[in-house]
Formats: sequence, C-alpha cells, structure tokens
Amino acid sequence: MTATAVRVDTAPAAAVKRRRRSLGSLAVVPLLVFTALAFGLPALAMLDGAFTVKDPSTGATSYSADNLTASLQGAYLTALLGSVKLSAVSAALGALLGLPLAQAVVTSRFPALREAVLTASGVLANFGGVPLAFAFVATLGNAGVLTRHLGLTDKGWDLYSFWGLVLVYLYFLIPLMVLTITPALDGLRSQWREAAQNNGATTVQYWRHVALPVLLPTLLGGFVLLFGSAFAAYATAAAMVGSSVPLVTLQIADALSGNVLVGQENVALALSLDMVLVAGLVMAVYLPLQRRSARWLA
Amino acid sequence: MARLNLWRWGVLGLAGLYFLVPLAASVVFTVDVPGQGLTFDAYTQIFSTEGFASSLLLSLELALATIALVLLLMVPAMVALRLGAPRLRPVVEVVCSLPLVVPPIAFVAGIGTVLKWGPEHLSRTPLFQTFVAIQNPDFPFVLVLAYVVMALPFVHRALDAGLRAIDVRTLVEAARSCGASWPQALAQAVLPNLRGALLNASFLTLALVLGEFTVAQLLGFQPFAVWIVNVSGSQAQLSVAVSVLSLLVTWVLLLVLAGFGGRTRTTSRG
Repeated sequence: MTATAVRVDTAPAAAVKRRRRSLGSLAVVPLLVFTALAFGLPALAMLDGAFTVKDPSTGATSYSADNLTASLQGAYLTALLGSVKLSAVSAALGALLGLPLAQAVVTSRFPALREAVLTASGVLANFGGVPLAFAFVATLGNAGVLTRHLGLTDKGWDLYSFWGLVLVYLYFLIPLMVLTITPALDGLRSQWREAAQNNGATTVQYWRHVALPVLLPTLLGGFVLLFGSAFAAYATAAAMVGSSVPLVTLQIADALSGNVLVGQENVALALSLDMVLVAGLVMAVYLPLQRRSARWLA
Repeated sequence: MARLNLWRWGVLGLAGLYFLVPLAASVVFTVDVPGQGLTFDAYTQIFSTEGFASSLLLSLELALATIALVLLLMVPAMVALRLGAPRLRPVVEVVCSLPLVVPPIAFVAGIGTVLKWGPEHLSRTPLFQTFVAIQNPDFPFVLVLAYVVMALPFVHRALDAGLRAIDVRTLVEAARSCGASWPQALAQAVLPNLRGALLNASFLTLALVLGEFTVAQLLGFQPFAVWIVNVSGSQAQLSVAVSVLSLLVTWVLLLVLAGFGGRTRTTSRG
C-alpha cells in the first residue's frame, strides 16, 4: 500500500517539476526578448557608431578609433573632466552631509518623522529633474526671490556656475545618501555602543573605532552611487545652465542635435561610450562594497 | 542627552531649511511678481496655456502604457523565477540592472542611431512602416519602449521585495489543489498578495515617466517635462508654478503610497 502510494506520488512530481521549469523559462522569454530589442539594439548601435568613421567626400564608412580619440580631446575632454569634477565634489559633499542627517533621523524617537523623511528622500532622490531646476532658478537665479531680497548678485553669487550646480545637485544627492545609509545605521547595534561605553570609550572613540569602520563600505558605496547619479544627470543641468558649465551630458546633447557642428553624431556616440565606461566602473566598485556592507546587516 | 538632542534638532533644522526654502521661495516667486504685486495669474493661466492639456495627457498616456507593458513583462517572469527556473534568476537580475550602467543620455544616443536606420537602410522593407509608426508624434511608442527599459531596475526591486515577503509556491500549490487553473492561481492567489508591490512599482514608473525629460527632448517629442522647459522661456512664473505643482503632486502620491504600503505590511505580518 505504502509502496504504491510512493510510486504514484513521485512520478507526477517529477513531471510537474519539469513542466514548472519549462513554464518558468517560457515566462522569462518575453522579458529577455524585449530587453534584447529595446535595450540591446540601441546599445549595439551606440558601440557600432562610436567606432564608425564616415568620409565626408566619398560617403564611405570604415571602422576606426578616431571618434574615441576625438571624444578625449579639446572641448570634449574639458566637458568630461568637468563632469567628473562636478560629480566627485557634489558626491563627496552629499555623502558627508547625508550621514549626520540620516543619523538624526534614525535615532529620532518619532516614527512619523522617520517615515516622512524617508518618503521625501525617495521622491527627491529620483525625481528631481526639471522641476528641481526651476525651483532653484526661482529661488537663487538672477531674478530669484532670495537673490533679489538679499542682493546676492552684488555679493558675487551666480547660480549658473560650478558651485551653483553643486548646490542644486545636493538637493537630490543628500536624499539619495540618506536612503543608502539608513539601513546600515539601523544595523549598528546598541550593544556595540554599550560595550564600548562599558570599556570606557568616549562618543568620539566609539565613532572612530567602532561605528565608522562598520559604516565605511556603505559610506564608500554611497559616495560611488552618488557620483554615478550626478554624472548621469542631464535634465537639471540642461534646464538650468544651458552650456555655461562644461558637462559631458550637455556636450552629447549638443552634438546629437547638431547645435554646434554638423556631423558630430558619431563623436556623441563615442562620448556616450565614455560615459558608459565610467558608469560601468562605478558599478564595478559599488557592487562589491554593497555586498561587504550587507554582511553587517544580517 | 540634552546635548545630543540639541545636535539632532540642529541637523534636522538645517536640513529642513535647505529642502524647504527652495519650495517656499518658488511659491513666493509665482505669486509675488515684481511690478504687479500679489497675483495668482500664474496658477489661473495654467489650464488655458497652449500645450498644457495635450502634453500632460500625452505624459499620462505614456505612463499608463509603460506601466501596463512593464508589469506584463515583469510579473510573470518574476513569479516564474520564484516557482522554478532559479538558474535564470541571476540573468534577469543582471538584465534589470543594466539600464543603471547606461545613463539616459547615452541610451537615447543609441536609440536615435537605431531610428536613423529606418530612412537610411530599410526604406524599401516592411520594417520601415514600423519605424514610422513608433515615432508617431501623437503617441510615440518608442518612448514607451525606452521608459520600460528605464523602469526595469525600479520595478525589479519593488516586485522582488514584494515576492520575498510571501510564499509563492505554497500559495500556488494551495490554489492548484483547490482546482484552480494556472491563470486563476496567478490572478486570484498571487496577485492580490502582491498588491502593495504592484502599486509601488506602478507609482514609481508613473513618477519616472511624468518627470522624464532627456529621452523625450532629444528624440523631439513634447510630453509634460519638455513642455515646461519650452514654456519657461516666455513665461517664467508659469513654468515655476507648474514645476511646484508637479513636485507636490508626486510627493503626495508617494506619501499616500507609503501609508498604504505600511498598512499592508502590518496586516500581512499580523
């Protein structure tokens, strides 16, 4: 009796498992086909275009690295370095300012405050763009409310400058840092602080020898994430500064739309490839750091 | 302890100042126009300004199409990964994080290149009609394709969190042994338990599409965000007023969502 029951049970179970596996693969196929078409095709086109050179007289095309060389020279190099500098400065400031804010929120005794700050951070970190640019133009631009009432122009203030952009970028970078570091701060156990205090450590010593080493991977990972986010930002800068600050995203847009010189599309593709390489590097640094910091949160 | 509290309120106060002053100043900017005094013209004009209704409508349509397509692609795939085919899980994870490595501006440069193949190489093939159709300015489907790709990381994270919280296999097996068909088990047992995650993914996608500027502008279409920038040249007050409104609306939507998500989480735990 038991023997037959077992035999009857196992045979369909194996069939179900097999069917399940094929069903599983089948449900994933549309997603993979879609991304291959909608994402893979443009990515390949970009790669192909970045290495294609068109002879203006004959119209013949050939493969070479000329576009990439051009994208690392002159105004394009200035823009690339400008983007890297802006992203590095604003990411460093964002990480440094986001940490105390997140700590203040995490140690707060009001759950409503925590919920509000985290939700607001979620909104501000991802969906700044155009509205954000205009809010700052209205506040600190040439005809902005604060600029007029405080006479900031006479004091040398200019929103459409490097530091003006840093100030605007921080508006979405600090919330992003708060979102990134909050889980790590939650993971700091109160026992660690108590143990440090029992051993006679001061608050500074606790942070210097216990908390910061634990937080370091998350802090670095947050910095890298902020860097990538600032590096890729285009809408805010385009709506705000036009091209008074050299940025790689603005250069790509200009070259694509033929604003400055006609026939620079392939250089734009090479610049895009430069950006993808930098963003890929950012992810390659970020992912191991995140895995490392996840170890303490378990 | 008192010193600690002082420190905390100082930090929160400074942060509040930095994050609220631009919003407050924007409101002041729209109602206190130099030379005109207090006026609410910017807000009353919004609805009668040319392009507002059509661009907002276009953005909403794009958002709905994007949400429908991204959920249609992602939900079956993610559920299937939970039920079987665990070997494909890392593949899907990588595919869904790839858009993070390609910034929108680089992505749109690639899309523009592909779209140019239409007139250059394919004008005598039936594919050419497809290229024309997806660039129809009344409803540019190519934007939906781009937005679905850009939404993949958000949607993946939201659905993954939702699926982690429930036991999909037990739910499906229970439904199946009660005589439900596969589609029934999915629609009536799994999806209701994923309500929070689905809402979360939808709202994130909605906010993404409503605020998206880069791809639409460079491909030459005019949804909401592009319209705001175009109108800002002639009507500064109006563009700021619309910006403030759109920020506030997104914020309220996500706050509502957070409240909703919090409630569903507690009920499922209790």
